[in-house]
Order: sequence, then structure tokens, then C-alpha cells
Amino acid sequence: MATKLDKTDVVIVGSGWAGSIVAAELSKNGRNVVVLERGKDQKNSDFIGVKDELRYTNRDEMMEKLSGETITSRVSTDDVALPVRLMNEVNTGTGLGGGSVHWAGSVYRWRPYDFEIRSKTIERYGEEKIPEGMTIQDWGITYDELEPYYAKWELTAGIAGEPDPLGDERSIEYPNPPMKESPAIKLFKEATEEMGLHPYQMASANMSEKYTNPDGETINQCLFCAYCTMYGCDFGAKAEPLVTVIPTAQKTGNSEFRTNALVRRVLHEDGKATGVLYVDTRTGQEFIQEADVVVLGAFTFSNNRLLLLSDIGEPYDPETRKGVIGRNFTGQFNTSFLGARGFFEDKKFNYYMGAGGLGGALSDYDADHFDHTDLNFIHGGGIELRQYGDGAIKNNFVPKDTPSWGEEFKEKSLHYAYRSLIVWYSAAVMPWWHNYLSLDPTYKDEYGDPLIRVTNKLTEQDKNIAQFGIDRCTEIMEAMGADIVEPDSLPDQFDHTYTGMHYIGGVVMGEDPETSAVNNYSQMWEMENLFVVGGSSLPHFSSHHPTPTIGALAYRAAEGVEKFLEDGGLLVEAKKETAKA
Amino acid sequence: MSEKNNKTNNAGMSRRNFLKNSGLVAGGVVGGSLFGGLITNQFSKDNKNEDTTNETPVTFEARTFFNRNEDFAVLSAATERIFPENDNGPGAIELGVPYFIDRQCAGDWGKNANDYMQGPFPVIEVTENYEENKKSVDKVTPGTVVTVPSNTPRYQTKMTRGVLFLEGIRAMEKQSQDKFDEGFAQLEAEQQDEILQLFEAGGIDVSGVDSAQFFGLLRQTVIEGVYADPVYGGNRNMDGWRMKGFPGPRMAYYDQIDAEDFIEMEPEPLRAYQGN
Repeated sequence: MATKLDKTDVVIVGSGWAGSIVAAELSKNGRNVVVLERGKDQKNSDFIGVKDELRYTNRDEMMEKLSGETITSRVSTDDVALPVRLMNEVNTGTGLGGGSVHWAGSVYRWRPYDFEIRSKTIERYGEEKIPEGMTIQDWGITYDELEPYYAKWELTAGIAGEPDPLGDERSIEYPNPPMKESPAIKLFKEATEEMGLHPYQMASANMSEKYTNPDGETINQCLFCAYCTMYGCDFGAKAEPLVTVIPTAQKTGNSEFRTNALVRRVLHEDGKATGVLYVDTRTGQEFIQEADVVVLGAFTFSNNRLLLLSDIGEPYDPETRKGVIGRNFTGQFNTSFLGARGFFEDKKFNYYMGAGGLGGALSDYDADHFDHTDLNFIHGGGIELRQYGDGAIKNNFVPKDTPSWGEEFKEKSLHYAYRSLIVWYSAAVMPWWHNYLSLDPTYKDEYGDPLIRVTNKLTEQDKNIAQFGIDRCTEIMEAMGADIVEPDSLPDQFDHTYTGMHYIGGVVMGEDPETSAVNNYSQMWEMENLFVVGGSSLPHFSSHHPTPTIGALAYRAAEGVEKFLEDGGLLVEAKKETAKA
Repeated sequence: MSEKNNKTNNAGMSRRNFLKNSGLVAGGVVGGSLFGGLITNQFSKDNKNEDTTNETPVTFEARTFFNRNEDFAVLSAATERIFPENDNGPGAIELGVPYFIDRQCAGDWGKNANDYMQGPFPVIEVTENYEENKKSVDKVTPGTVVTVPSNTPRYQTKMTRGVLFLEGIRAMEKQSQDKFDEGFAQLEAEQQDEILQLFEAGGIDVSGVDSAQFFGLLRQTVIEGVYADPVYGGNRNMDGWRMKGFPGPRMAYYDQIDAEDFIEMEPEPLRAYQGN
């Protein structure tokens, strides 16, 4: 029998950016908040002395262990799905602060085109530009409406940057100046400027200067040690929940972050959420946390799985193309970061140094900035040269005609260490009727519940946009003067690798309950006191990483929860979409 | 060497500069106390380093996974062909890679302790490219046949990595006996390469796993053993890093990130970073 705990105003599942932003805002308002985090408690001092590539990058130390639960994966709706068994095949965040703690820190807002993608595509190219089965939709919120929330998140996170020359309107300047420029970035910018493109220093959540945010939290200056992605920052120099919104929530005295608390069900009665059932992963004991409002702020896989296991919302069925939960699943897969690698005989770059958000970028081929009339795809991608700082295990890049082992490999991998650069295209990924999330019919977690199953097929759109990006990156790498330029090649099909951590959708936002699960406050159409916040609400994958958009939507969701606590009811009126895919 | 060590320690950053740049002087959010011990250690360890880095380390290397000498001999010979000694510097054996792999196999990774290892495990058939499965089998059973394209290997064996290493090594030994009438460890280098190439090309069955997948695991683990921190038993004396010009974990490159020229540093291990 599960132990019933005292009721709280709001219970939040997950302590990453999404859950912790909502927790901070509501507890600042005086609401009592309980946050349930499946992973362990952690703080920045835990990360002192963790600069260990094998343990963190190759053995995925900060990621959720899969022994009890993973995902299953298949390409087509006719295939059987197999479990993704290894830690290095699927990375999902865990622990206090969630996946945000080990993010790189690259910061891009999504584009006005994204939020009204269907209308704007039809407006410019006609309805026939959208292929049958591509399920893009307007979000029910515009860029202008979301802009203040982007600004709020950027101020909380102390983002360092300069305006993108092809960027959209901003109500604030970046709170921190751009990061320092390395010679590799300079080379990228000079070459692309010469080509008539518009490079700039990408915005970063690694601090260019020490910063104190509006909540009074201080983030330290980044030292370019190169241990960002896959690592927690021991200097507290990367904006993430442990140095920002979690302490903000905690100092109100109104919030409690309960770790080792794995939520297994959302409990509900008569169309109203009553709380959640969770298990203490240290003892195996079960607890019921009741609340007036339930917020799911976990990773995409968990948010979807919890709704499906709890029997909330209509599961999406690809046969009928009806239902919403699991619909419009996308992510950055093996067509998303293709480009060109260049090998330089007479240049050596200090590529053991770097930062997750250090790089040059350009938006000339982003979103709908260029004419797609004669192109066989929609949307675009950012072009980037990133200087994360490469570890010694990773840094083994050799020209393609080199064997992958033996004496020649050894010689060339040592020669070209620090003599190669890559420029890539972060291609956008569109949703399709056949790509979705559902419960797996075979494989179970350690408690006997079905795993979440991914069905994901690469389409012609994916391959065409990626090839376009490869071609642009190749031109750039040639202009940068590399002696050997090697364009990436297109994959044949999806490879079931989930290591980019950016998987979204399934509980998507929209204006029509037939094609969306939540409204623009992340409130479930079907259950007014249940809010589902995070990557799961994004209806397609734009041309850049999703974190700032998740942050902005979380700030808006927090406002929505507060409104709901005050007045109740649906916060947005549902609309019928006029046209459907 | 010790002089060079002193000069390049912490990439030339003084304690005062570090504190200034990181904002710790003013008592940032996390406060001086958090980094206090680390900083003190980092900036006072020069002398200590001098004392220890030139000593011949006492080694207690022993096998804790590969029980049979002959298995370990095959493994060692294979790692050396993958990363051979040459003019650039030491090869896998001198770098301790076989012991690195032995330790990895003996630990969580080799036992797949953090991986999803629940069944059922279907029969895997390798195809060249992705093929849609038209059978519409919904539930997987041990008898289900699933095709997997060769370019996207998926770990679907019930064997742990450690067991796969043993099975793979013994399959290599068998190939060697069949082909050359001699054990793998005794072969000429070119013959060893031939066996490795066979395994790399795929098509040899390793207890239900394609040899290409086993070879991929072996190759990747060798690279890890060459370049992982020496605490794991490979990259002995940091010679893997030294060959590559990798400095090991450092606190800060704030003053070097915009430097035009490549900066060579004597490597430092995690042990030094942690202040020991």
C-alpha cells in the first residue's frame, strides 16, 4: 500500500530547466511546491575533479542508468522494435537539475517561422509545398508572444552573445558580452564573410563574465576548460538549474526537491489529476503525493510514457492518424549534424581548449531565410563551427582513406590531432504521420511497466535538407583553406542512436485539441489541472537546439499554473484548424 | 623535464589571475570554500610533482578478468596490431592497454551493469541496408528473426561485453589455428593483421554476434586504453597523451583560448588535478 503524503499546491515531475523554472516561479508566488526527481541529489562541488573523458564522455557517468528502464526503437510501423540497450546508445539526463546540468550551453531562439510554420509555408509557397503526411502545425503562439519569455530566460541564464545579423527582434540585449574568439572561429568568420554570408559569435550559456541574475543568483566566468557537454561544471560557470532556478526556488522556503523519487503514474479521478504515485528508488517504497496541480516537466520519453501508462489523453494511432499522445515525435538524428571536415597541413588549433557554447555561426541557410521554391525540402539549419574542446579519446580524426587501425592510423591520427576542423549544418527535422511514440508490446521496465517505443524513419525531406547543408558546409570548408575537405555522406536510414539528448514532441502544443495535447500554457486540453512542460510540447524540431525554447515555454507555463490556481478553467479557447495534413 | 613542468603548470595562470577571472575572490554564488581546497592544491603542487613524476612507479598489474594466460596473450597481440609501437612512440602493450581492457571487462562496463539486459533476445540477421520488416510481428520472442543493417550495429546479445571479449578472442584464435596452424599470438604481424581484417570485414559468427561488431568494440576499447586517464591502467606514464600533445585535465585556458600558436604542455593526470 502506497503511503499518502500531505497534499501540496503543486507537484512537479522532473528538476531540469522545465520543472525547476516552474518550481522557482510558483514558490516565489508563495505556492507550496514539491519537485520529484528520479535521480540523485547533486551540487556543483560534486563536479570538482571530474574532468575524466572515459568516465563521463565514453561511459556516460551523468546519464540515467538503463538497467531498470530504456526505450525501444524501430524504423517503420511494420518493424518490431528492439530495446536500445547500451548507455552509449541512448543518453537521458538524471539527477537534480536533470539533463540541463550536463548540457553544452549553445543558445538559439527558434524563429518566427517556426511558431506559424504551417501558415507561413502555405502563405509563401502554397499548400502543395507541404508533402502528404508531413504533420507540421502552427503552435497557437507566435514569436512575438513568446519573445518576453525568451528574454526572461536569457536574463535568468546570463546568456553571453552578440546579435545575429539575420536574427529576429529582441526586447533585450544579451546580458553578457560574447565569448572570446579563438583562431579557428576567426578563420570561419573571415572565410564566410568573404563569401557574403553573415557569421557571428554564437550565444552561450557559458559565462563570458561573472554574472548575477535578477533572482540574485551568481554564475561564474567560464575558463574554457573544455569539460561542459556530458559534465557538470565545477566552477559554476555554466547556466543550469543548480546555479540558477533551483536555489531561487529553495530560498523561498516554499519548495521541496525530493530526489530518488521515480514517478510511475499520474493519478486522476473524473478528468482531474489528483497527484502522482512515486517510488523511492533507494527503498522501493511507494508514495502518493497529492496536489491541486500536477506538472510533468520530465524528459520527452518520460512525459509521454507517464501519460500513456496513466491512461490520460488519446494515444496517437498511425493507422487512423488520430489521437494525440505520442504524435509528432522528432529529434536530432543521424542527418542533423552533417557537414564537412577539413584537414589543415600547416595549421594547428588549440582544440583541447574550448567551451560548450563557444563557436561561430551563421543563419543564411536557416528557417525560411532563403527561397525554397526550387528546393526539395522546407525549413533550414544553422551553420556552426564549434570549439567544445576535444578529449584525447575523441580526437582521432583522419582522412577517409586512412585505415581505422594499425600503423598508418596511428601516424595519421597523431599528425592530424589539432589539424582538423568541422563545420556542420544543424538541419531542422519535420514531423511525419509515421514517426511517433507508443508503449512497447514486449519489453518492460524493472517494475513490469511497458517501455516507451520510438518509431522513427528518415524521410526524403531529412536527406534532402541534410545534403543541402553538406554542400554549403563543403563550400565553407574549402573557403577556409583546408588542404583536404571531406563532405559527410548521407546515412541510408535511422541508426537507433539517441546520444544527442534532443528528442521532442508527443505531447505537442497547438490550438486544436484534435492535433495537440496542450495549449500554449502547456495545459492539457483534456485535464485542466495537468500541465506538461518541456521538449515534449514542441511540435517540430527547428534548426537549433531546443533549450531556450523549453525555458521560455516553462516561464509561460508557470504563469499559466498561477492563473489556473487563481481562476481555474481552460486558459486558452480551443480552435479548429482549418486545414490538416 | 621538471623545469618545463614548472613553467607550464596550469597553463601559466597565476592563482591571483584565476581567482580574478573566475570571480571567486568576490565570493561568487558557490563561494571560496567550495574551490578553496582544490585551488590551494592546484597552485601548490609544483614541488610535489617534481618529486613524483620521475620516479619509476611501482606496478601491481595483474589480471582480474582474463583467467587464461593464452586469452590474454591473444588480446595483447591484437591490441598491439591495432595501435603498434613505431617512430611516434610506444604501442598498446607498452601503454598498458591489455590491462586496461582486463580491468574494464572486470568492472560495471564489462558486466553491462548499467545497460538494459532484459530479454527476450531475438535472432539477429545482418543485412547490407535497412530492410522493412513486412511480417508485422508485434511481440518479440527468442525465435523472432530481426534484420539489422550492418552499418548500424545494435547491441542485442545476451552476452556481456566481458563475455563477448572472451568469445571474440577465442574465435580469433580458432581462425588463426584453422588458417595458419598456429596460435594468434605466435603469428607474424602481417598474419595477425589478416585475421583482424577478416573480423573487421564481418561475416564471422561470434556466438550470435557478427565479428565486425566485436572488432568495433575491440578497436574502440584499444583507443580508450591508449588515451584514457592513466588511472584506468592504460596510457601509462601519460605517453598516449604525450604523443598526441594532449595536456590532460586543466583548470583554465582563459588566457590561451585566443592564442594564435599551438601550445605544447607537459601532460598532467587527473591525480594532479584533484590535488594529490
